Amino acid sequence: MATRVLIPTPLRAYTEKKESVLLEGNTVGELLRGLTATYPSLKKHLFDDTGSIRNFVNVYVNDEDIRYLQKEQTQVSEKDTVSIIPSIAGGRS
Amino acid sequence: MRETGGRGSRTDIRLSREEIRRYGRHLILPEVGLEGQMKLKAASVLLVGAGGLGSPLALYLAAAGIGRIGIVDFDVVDESNLQRQVLHSTADVGRPKLDSARDRIRSINPNVEIELFDTHLTSANALGILGGFDLVADGTDNFPTRYLVNDACVLLKKPNVYGSIFRFEGQVSVFSAPGGPCYRCLYADPPPPGLVPSCAEGGVLGVLPGIIGTIQAAETVKFILGIGESLVGRLLLFDALTMRTRELKLRRNPECAICGDNASITGLIDYERFCGIEPPPAAGPGDGESAISVAALKAMLDRGEGVFLLDVREPREYEIANLGGHLIPLNDLPRRVHELDSSQETVVYCHSGMRSGQAVQFLKQLGFRKVKNLLGGIDAWADAIDPDMPRY
Repeated sequence: MATRVLIPTPLRAYTEKKESVLLEGNTVGELLRGLTATYPSLKKHLFDDTGSIRNFVNVYVNDEDIRYLQKEQTQVSEKDTVSIIPSIAGGRS
Repeated sequence: MRETGGRGSRTDIRLSREEIRRYGRHLILPEVGLEGQMKLKAASVLLVGAGGLGSPLALYLAAAGIGRIGIVDFDVVDESNLQRQVLHSTADVGRPKLDSARDRIRSINPNVEIELFDTHLTSANALGILGGFDLVADGTDNFPTRYLVNDACVLLKKPNVYGSIFRFEGQVSVFSAPGGPCYRCLYADPPPPGLVPSCAEGGVLGVLPGIIGTIQAAETVKFILGIGESLVGRLLLFDALTMRTRELKLRRNPECAICGDNASITGLIDYERFCGIEPPPAAGPGDGESAISVAALKAMLDRGEGVFLLDVREPREYEIANLGGHLIPLNDLPRRVHELDSSQETVVYCHSGMRSGQAVQFLKQLGFRKVKNLLGGIDAWADAIDPDMPRY
């Protein structure tokens, strides 16, 4: 049972330019650990030194923020799409 | 500076015969009508930034008949802006962006009152500037100003029509509306400097800010008119490459530091510090010992001194112009550091000196002692040393 994880543009540099990755796992945490195991250079962009998801990165299951679900323990199935949404600042320049 | 005389209070709002002809296509829309058009005329909107997002915002809000438009910007028009900042034209290169913005807005709609703020938005002036407007449209390009605009809007209870872009992707929402979330509810903290590339480093599709800024303009007009479903509580994601949009739910975070139930931030703070930008950086781009000017590098090369040039830009940038340096993009540096000789005098350069500053810091941590950052990068070289070099 694989779930699709969408990679945002700023992080595709670390996923061999892939826009999405299919990963096995029952929870969001398992998927993200699988993702960083496949692409180790992504790790410091998603997790801080204590292993928590960084505050400038939000993770959604479909259109719901996992902070308001069961966080990393949020259950996923193959019908779900997981999105990683980092903050971006561009506009004026 | 105020550009035209003040108007009367809202109850005095009237449309002239010229305005009725001008706004005819609005007036026949049941959702706008005469009443809605007068709401637009009574409204005031502050644009933070007259760049990529500020351009379509200014053009469409002026055309729509917003009564008063304020713009905060301190920059001058550069040739490299013209690819996307449609408020400014080729003849405006070198002029303050505020001047070309004012001229363009006047040419579109002379009924608009324009207020220009020739300054950086800071913690000292933000509440005063934002306080004079009904709504704020955020078109800034850096995290310190994003958080500053957010916090000032929350403190002043002003809606903040937010837009942000990166390469081919954009985000739009409306923050700080009554009962809705703010930017800090979405992202409590900014990324550390250097982890997320800026538009100047990452590039941006010129049409993208046109689309995102136009969506911001639509949200602004809808909000003023009180029609439709606004993006309050929703984050719209747009990808120009796949031409797909997605929508995510946003919630007000009860633990938010500024709009939460027990807010810890009750006034504006030092946003440079909050975003980890400590002036001056320890061994950053400005550090004398580990930096070199383009003139000093030219003199070294002219004297025939053996210096190894390291280019940490992307291959596409290298194709446009280079100094003959050894190319290792910044992201590849950790795994390709063995290509360098720490005993050799090395000068690192990029486009403007930011990425090479990070590279120098990184190499120093590894024990490199003879590395220097080229101040101002290849752009400063093209400006001061080699005027024939293509710039981007």
